[in-house]
Amino acid sequence: MSIIGYLLIIIGAFFYFLGGLGMFRMPDVYNRLQAGTKATTLGSFSTLLGVGLVNPAFLGKALLIIAFIALTNPVGSSVLARAAYLKGVKPTSKTVVDEYADEATKKAGEEQ
Amino acid sequence: MSILSYLFFGLIGLGVILAFLRMILGPTSADRLAALDMLNIILTGTIAILALTFNNGLYLDIALVYGLLSFVETIVIARYLEAKK
Amino acid sequence: MFFSVFIVTFFTWLILTNSLEPSEVVIGLIVSIVVSTTFTRYYSIKFDWKLPVRILRFVFIYLPVFIWEMIKANLDVAVRVLNPSLPLNPGFVKVKTSLKGKNSKLALANSITLTPGTLTLDVKDEELYIHWVDVKATSEEQKQKHITTKFEKILKKIFE
Repeated sequence: MSIIGYLLIIIGAFFYFLGGLGMFRMPDVYNRLQAGTKATTLGSFSTLLGVGLVNPAFLGKALLIIAFIALTNPVGSSVLARAAYLKGVKPTSKTVVDEYADEATKKAGEEQ
Repeated sequence: MSILSYLFFGLIGLGVILAFLRMILGPTSADRLAALDMLNIILTGTIAILALTFNNGLYLDIALVYGLLSFVETIVIARYLEAKK
Repeated sequence: MFFSVFIVTFFTWLILTNSLEPSEVVIGLIVSIVVSTTFTRYYSIKFDWKLPVRILRFVFIYLPVFIWEMIKANLDVAVRVLNPSLPLNPGFVKVKTSLKGKNSKLALANSITLTPGTLTLDVKDEELYIHWVDVKATSEEQKQKHITTKFEKILKKIFE
């Protein structure tokens, strides 16, 4: 059981590393958030589950932290992406379509 | 298990360095906040690993509170950036 | 309404303290009563007779699909990040959803954020605005098929 636990922790650490690499290499805020959020969420799931499996006394609390991260992390990155867009951060030049532009200008108009 | 500790703390350290570089370089404040959000979540997981290393359950409480506070922090700063233009 | 919030709060307290000593339980009861009377109006947890069925559906139908999609999403991210040429084809798309409730929309938005290549930006009435790393389609039906349909079906059974 503890071997599986340590294996899960190593997988989690690897995903943390991938998240950092994605955060560094991607060209604009939105793609960075994509890589960062996904990799760190699965990394946290895996790490915490691993910690719970190695020491079963920690399992309940580890599952609670997993539930909180699953609820809060996507919401945080959504709010952040929306704030970046409304603030006027330009997406990368590779962007193909943009169907949010109308909505964003409408929103900016309402505020003033 | 010390070799294993080197392995996972090393991997996490590399990730943290890369995210930190993005935080220093980041052209806009949104980039910096994204990197900060990621660092917070990495730190939550790392505190949980510390609980295992020191065999002390109290670290998990710290990880829980840290995770919740980091969420609030991200939301508040994002709202602030959105309103500031 | 008050009672449902109380149960959730008290259950969280029991997990956090991780013990069944009488003194801990009594303090937990007092704290849960105070918290639930104060914050009842911000919660919207519905308790009805179908709840056990819904929880079972959530655990045995939603969670496996969700976790599988998350693993796929991470392999996707890994392939993109480790590839030296960094293959990207990003765009912002608008997708209609047929879900009505607030909770189900939150669950849908979270699921979309954690599944391959998509990130929810904004939810307005029945439209979701999504950042998509690899835009594969622009027609309404194709977009729905790629992004929302899979989770919409499951979440509709759970929340509505």
